Amino acid sequence: MKRPGWISKLVLTIGLGVLAAIMLVPIVLTFTNSLMTEQEIGLNYGLIGQMTDAAAGGKDAFVNLKVLPDWLSLEQYLHVLVLAPKFLRMFWNSVALVVPIIAGQTAVAALAAYAFAKLRFFGRDKLFLLYLMTMLMPFQVTLVPNYMVVDKLGLMNSGAALILPGIFGAFGVFMLRQFMAHIPFAYTEAAKIDGAGAWTIFARIILPLAKPGLAALTVLLFVDYWNMIEQPLIFLQDASKQPLSLYLAYIDKEARGIGFAASALYMTPMVLLFLYAESYFIEGVQLSGIKG
Amino acid sequence: MLALLFLAPSLIGFAVFYIIPFLMGVYESFTDRTLGGSFVGFDNYKDLLASSSFRKAAANTMLFTGISVPLLIAASLSLALLLNRPMFFRNGLRTAFIMPLVVPVASIVMIWQIFADWNGTLNLWLHHWGKERIDWLQSDWSMGVLVVMYLWKNIGYNMILFLAGLQSIPQDYYETARIEGAGRLRQLFHITLVYLTPTMFFVVLISIINSFKVFRETYLLAGDYPYDRIYMLQHYMNNMFFSLDIQKLTAAATLMVGCIVLFVTGLLRAERRFRDNME
Repeated sequence: MKRPGWISKLVLTIGLGVLAAIMLVPIVLTFTNSLMTEQEIGLNYGLIGQMTDAAAGGKDAFVNLKVLPDWLSLEQYLHVLVLAPKFLRMFWNSVALVVPIIAGQTAVAALAAYAFAKLRFFGRDKLFLLYLMTMLMPFQVTLVPNYMVVDKLGLMNSGAALILPGIFGAFGVFMLRQFMAHIPFAYTEAAKIDGAGAWTIFARIILPLAKPGLAALTVLLFVDYWNMIEQPLIFLQDASKQPLSLYLAYIDKEARGIGFAASALYMTPMVLLFLYAESYFIEGVQLSGIKG
Repeated sequence: MLALLFLAPSLIGFAVFYIIPFLMGVYESFTDRTLGGSFVGFDNYKDLLASSSFRKAAANTMLFTGISVPLLIAASLSLALLLNRPMFFRNGLRTAFIMPLVVPVASIVMIWQIFADWNGTLNLWLHHWGKERIDWLQSDWSMGVLVVMYLWKNIGYNMILFLAGLQSIPQDYYETARIEGAGRLRQLFHITLVYLTPTMFFVVLISIINSFKVFRETYLLAGDYPYDRIYMLQHYMNNMFFSLDIQKLTAAATLMVGCIVLFVTGLLRAERRFRDNME
């Protein structure tokens, strides 16, 4: 095979580089705009939501999308972090919802995935198919009965109404079973010959080898639940208990000035977690996609 | 028995929060009022199918999934094919394409507004080109906006799945093909796409799940009652919930599940047939 010259490599790199830069535009804009003063935000983006030309002050009025602020300022961050207690409260609400869900779903799913991937029992494949189907259903499908169950358990308007269904979500089981199916039987068989029980095999062999799968699952669950909109909308009517995702949904014209800083703070944990676990994440996702 | 011990925690919670609620929902859909209603057969379904807002929502959902999933697959596959060739900074580029996946929708919605608003940046560009403004969110274009948001978010995930699939194809298949004089295009269709098919099934599944999640974007961008074109089944079900029309909601949910189950069964059957043919 002839080696491609550096020119074709360069052309490809530049082409994809431009594409990648376009993909990053919304993220970069959020961060740079978070350094604008609230006044500048008002000047640049005040026209949003003003439907008519007349309201916008003539035919040629448009928002003024700025990449870099005129004056760098931490005003928004000061406002969001110090002056607006609501933000930190809701940030904490998000953390208090997401952490138990991730810890719970990963633990419960790892156990079940091990059974699906490495143990034999009656009806295994049918049951797994049931998990798969459930995973595909949008939240609204079980909305009413879920509401009744949550009501019956007395969990309405409490975080548990979101956390419990989250812990038993089917996605973790699916993803980890796909991943564990790739761990060669030779490993578990060898341990069995040495007299190891199922629990020892699970804890000492399967879990350590499934680390990339667990990392990928953690990132994906974090993404999904940090983003929850539908569930808190229904189960948490009490505004003081709602997570950050809803805070940003309700940011209106007056509050837009601090919206970018709030958004930047909101996405930072996700971005950092992803960059930290990226190689595990990619390996985990890729192995889950190949049939074991 | 042993397996049951490992399965028990998951199985109990799964039953309580998913399976039992779903069966309750199916039951509700055949009764005339919540809790203790009497059996009315398919009446709720008849009402549902007669409802114009349901038909609109169902049509929009199907249209959106029908457009966005094939587009996403084509785009992410092309991207994976390109990224699989020799270049500089491959890992950095790959990171950039995955990044949108981890960014929460709510934190990016203001940027989309700035672009898609009546006075927004897209219209500013149109204006520069001497074109009339388009009301992106209050016209049929709104679905286009959603498709773009969906592509933006999900292209990276599918891309890494395809990359894994590409790397699992043995290089000597291509060597042999080249020796036998097969061109680039023939190699693409007779080797690459054939051996990517197992990955493809998985990608289709994940893409459909994610296409249902676009409700979040729609909700954040346009609220409870968005423009007709982007009024999805999830909006319909949410609104039925708040207007306490439980019978229609459960009937709609049951219908939707029925469609998903049929589709997945078909997909899995196709996959099995494909596997049998390959062997």
